[in-house]
Amino acid sequence: MINNNKILETINMIEAENLDIRTITMGISLLDCADSDIDKSCEKIYQKVTTKAKDLVKVGVDISKEYGIPIINKRISVTPISILHSVSKGDPVKYAHALQRCADTLGIDFIGGYSALVQKGYSGSDEEFIKSIPRALKETSNVCSSVNIGSTRAGINMNAVKLMGEVIVEAAKITQDNNCLGAAKLVVFCNAVEDNPFMAGAFHGVGEADTVIHVGVSGPGVVCSAVRSADKNLPINEIADIIKKMSFKITRMGQLVGQEASKRLNVPFGIVDLSLAPTPAIGDSVAYILEAMGLDECGGPGTTACLALLNDAVKKGGVTASSSVGGLSGAFIPVSEDAGMISAARSGCLTLEKLEAMTAVCSVGLDMIVVSKDTTATTISGIIADEAAIGMVNSKTTAVRIIPAFGKNDDEDLDFGGLLGISPIMKVNNTSCATLINRGGNIPAPLQSLKN
Amino acid sequence: MRAVISVVGKDQVGILAKVANKCLEFDVNIEDVSQTILQDMFTMIMIVKWTTSQEDFVAFSEHMQNYGKEYNLSIHVMHEDIFNAMHLI
Repeated sequence: MINNNKILETINMIEAENLDIRTITMGISLLDCADSDIDKSCEKIYQKVTTKAKDLVKVGVDISKEYGIPIINKRISVTPISILHSVSKGDPVKYAHALQRCADTLGIDFIGGYSALVQKGYSGSDEEFIKSIPRALKETSNVCSSVNIGSTRAGINMNAVKLMGEVIVEAAKITQDNNCLGAAKLVVFCNAVEDNPFMAGAFHGVGEADTVIHVGVSGPGVVCSAVRSADKNLPINEIADIIKKMSFKITRMGQLVGQEASKRLNVPFGIVDLSLAPTPAIGDSVAYILEAMGLDECGGPGTTACLALLNDAVKKGGVTASSSVGGLSGAFIPVSEDAGMISAARSGCLTLEKLEAMTAVCSVGLDMIVVSKDTTATTISGIIADEAAIGMVNSKTTAVRIIPAFGKNDDEDLDFGGLLGISPIMKVNNTSCATLINRGGNIPAPLQSLKN
Repeated sequence: MRAVISVVGKDQVGILAKVANKCLEFDVNIEDVSQTILQDMFTMIMIVKWTTSQEDFVAFSEHMQNYGKEYNLSIHVMHEDIFNAMHLI
């Protein structure tokens, strides 16, 4: 049996350092729900999702109470809906309503998969589907959407990059009464992963089993507190060791919860995503970890190096603690969801350009960034293209979740509330890239795609 | 299955008795108890064995948490596997 100090350490992690299981996400394949009649297809989706996941929330709550570990969200990811829409045609937003109906019936927090994979080009009705995203996000509350516009193997679909700039602006504009929330539920990916349990980018890849359970662990507070308590003169490699140990412990907990959920739901266990996912709560910040390593403020010189070390140590610590690590696994840097990032953005120390550099070494990309309502669609497309290029060349996932703040002056904050947090409006370099974006076409896949 | 009951709070008369009585009430067998007082803060770790259903365990856990609040104590009842997973290889 464990000694008392270890027991108190675990309790302290949960009580004082915000350790939690961020999400149990059930991935459900909808390929067998495709039908040439869109209404039939929607009904099949509703029946399948509400049957497969009928106990998801209850099991999540039970495990949480029994093990004493908070499980914040219960979520579902489904097959990219654009695939089903290619079969049925019709108004794609009907699918969004079907997904919302599932979420309402089951009482889950989010359902992701109103998605399209167009990294090499549009197929079927992809373009029509993507154009429907803003309306789908406006008319639903728990549905999340993502579009993969590039990959290391395929290059970058610049037509889709252009379209996504417009879609993001539209999604924010038509939801401005609701803090532009539409754009906060939409992610543009390069190298999207098929087993990601985190929103807004979760979808159930076509190569996945029919139904799986993924778990996303969190715990920036735990890592931050361990790094903070380390001696200021400790060499940085020893800081990496401290992070690895913490990551191992956190991941073991995720593995336990995932296996238990899988057993109780009688659904195969997929992966543990060992991401450090911050929340706006004080002490649950990735930026604070970087600062605890020795920065006066996140965003200054040294930030990228600290983040690279953190991201790597989290993976190294976690990978042996789980039977299967996957998803995005690493450190997230969503600005509005991280108290330290919010304050660094407010002071001007953290800029968009620095964030872009940081995304080259962390697990995802430019996340939850609020920009001026005057930012043009082509500028947003330019930001997406830059971010996708980093992902494509470095064979990693990158993403853009950017929110033009319609209805807000440039000196105001955009406050989403809850896990999505609050952010000041960040400065964007508005030098036009319209000519580039309007060219369309594809950025060819880089040489490193030719691995065979 | 076994569980860990942890009790942390300002020292006061009868903490051990209160928790032990609740264990009796819910038919929970106490296997081990250790307690320390650090600067007026009382910390007790109890290892208990549970023989009835999972639903009853959840009810006990919730009950103890609320019971602790009445006396300004932080009481947690957690399945032992969470500690084993985190600290034992």
